[in-house]
Amino acid sequence: MVMTTLDLDETNLDTTSPPRRAAKLRSRPIGDRAFDLSIGACAVVPPVLILLFVIVLAYGAWPAIAEFRWHFLVSAAWEPNPDKEEYGALPFILGTLISSILALALAAPIGISVASFISEVVPPSLRGLLRFVIEILATIPSVVYGLWGVFVLAPWVMNHLAPVLSKSLGFLPFFSEPFDPRNMLCAILILTIMVLPMIVSVSLDAMRSVPISYREAALGLGATRWEMIRLAVWPSARSGFIGGCILALGRALGETMAVTMVIGNEHRISQSLFAASDTVASTIANQFAEAPSDLFTASLIELALLLFLITLGVNLIARLIVRRVAIGGAD
Amino acid sequence: MRALSTNLAAGDVAFGAGISVASLRAGFGEHTVLKDLRVKIQSKALTAIMGPSGCGKSTFIRCINRLHEETPGAWVRGSIELDGEGVYDTTVDPVELRRRVGMVFQRPNPFPNFSIYANVAAGLRLNGMRKRRMLDERVERSLRRAALWDEVKDRLEKPGSSLSGGQQQRLCIARALAVEPEVLLLDEPCSALDPLATERIEELLLHLKREYTLVMVTHNIQQAARVADETMFLLLGELVEQGPTSQLFTNPRDPRTESFISGRFG
Repeated sequence: MVMTTLDLDETNLDTTSPPRRAAKLRSRPIGDRAFDLSIGACAVVPPVLILLFVIVLAYGAWPAIAEFRWHFLVSAAWEPNPDKEEYGALPFILGTLISSILALALAAPIGISVASFISEVVPPSLRGLLRFVIEILATIPSVVYGLWGVFVLAPWVMNHLAPVLSKSLGFLPFFSEPFDPRNMLCAILILTIMVLPMIVSVSLDAMRSVPISYREAALGLGATRWEMIRLAVWPSARSGFIGGCILALGRALGETMAVTMVIGNEHRISQSLFAASDTVASTIANQFAEAPSDLFTASLIELALLLFLITLGVNLIARLIVRRVAIGGAD
Repeated sequence: MRALSTNLAAGDVAFGAGISVASLRAGFGEHTVLKDLRVKIQSKALTAIMGPSGCGKSTFIRCINRLHEETPGAWVRGSIELDGEGVYDTTVDPVELRRRVGMVFQRPNPFPNFSIYANVAAGLRLNGMRKRRMLDERVERSLRRAALWDEVKDRLEKPGSSLSGGQQQRLCIARALAVEPEVLLLDEPCSALDPLATERIEELLLHLKREYTLVMVTHNIQQAARVADETMFLLLGELVEQGPTSQLFTNPRDPRTESFISGRFG
């Protein structure tokens, strides 16, 4: 590249040989074009992969799609009995959505509060340490969380949390008996803990990147520290908060190991959070090895396709929200 | 100190309520930015503070509303009195103080994601004003004072960031004026603006100085000459000279002032 540029300068001076100059001029962008082509090819890879993914999954799921059509989405049956095989994904879809959304609903306010505390209250010298500790939490393998969930969290929920909740809020169907030893509430709590570091760390980054001039604008108006956070820091960091929540939701929707260990693995729809249930990811992980029939396998693949589409849909919706938040403003 | 005793003698009587600063020292950690500053700032007048970069101009005005101490490692010694009341007295709450001493910053900094209206109303809401009618009235009055009302009255709900740089800076002035401060500190308010926007701000300042005590840091010598009643010249954290602007510019007492205003350094 450098060489050709130098040559070009020479030829520009050398007006006696126009053909050579033309050739040089044409030859120069070849490197550029090769570069464009190669990075262009790389850029095409991810969308093509996604497309192939969907195609392969849809192909594998085809027997189930053809057999059950939309009933697969609304049926609660999971009958591997060869005489009257029937599969429906509704309990799993609901389980996935309920566990993830409730986990996010718990984790988001806690995570943003923790991030606000670290960002605005803790002295700068301690901030790095706290952030490090929280990021360590994110690196713990999910099977470790799962094991902790089985031996510590689930018994605690069973013996302490559930009785209190059902006594005080038992009139709500969500907190009604009976208690299963492993249940939806355990899954929600473990997901909350697992996605918390993600929300804290992304929110913390968003808050630390709020320009000091916004903070000073608030302080200069006579804002207390808390008012400054509310007035200047949170509104500017809002898209970061939402970004962190999207990441967290994506993680929660797909989280398999920890959930499958504590959720109880029952394919049923129950209003109570104390009931054992199941999620899409957990069902796939638990049952792919069994595969009593081709239709069963196809149904599992259709579950995978559904999970993929759910995560895709959630991410698209979240992205739309982020865009709207970025464009529109608070009062 | 030395400069003060010679320069202030003539003007001393004229200062009534205002700001008086005695042996003010301030800095960050080991680094001392202001060394024993003694000045008086007239009320209802515009006092310009000029000096080369790093001379402590900004630090000085940030001491007046106690914003300086919000920076980690910052420290202040000495005293500043506002209308005879010590700003650094233990009984003074910096939050309360900053509602009396407004500030406009170098770069326009309207609150992001806040509408024009909400920006101006922010300080009022901090003070607990909730009634829409009162807010409306105060927002309009503040925007009028900041000479921005006519330009924005039809789009008060648009985000503050949709305005041009000069308009944003006037919005920030309106935001500061809304809480009815006694003093308005301006930290190089025009340094990020084009000449036309600068001119509008300067016109505005000429109006505002009749009602408020204005203290403006400026890097721009001509600007000080155009708008300031009083000018002080800081160098390396010390006051070199203070006096009525016309006198300081036509007949500086200190040779360093003379070389600064004639553009030999800075």
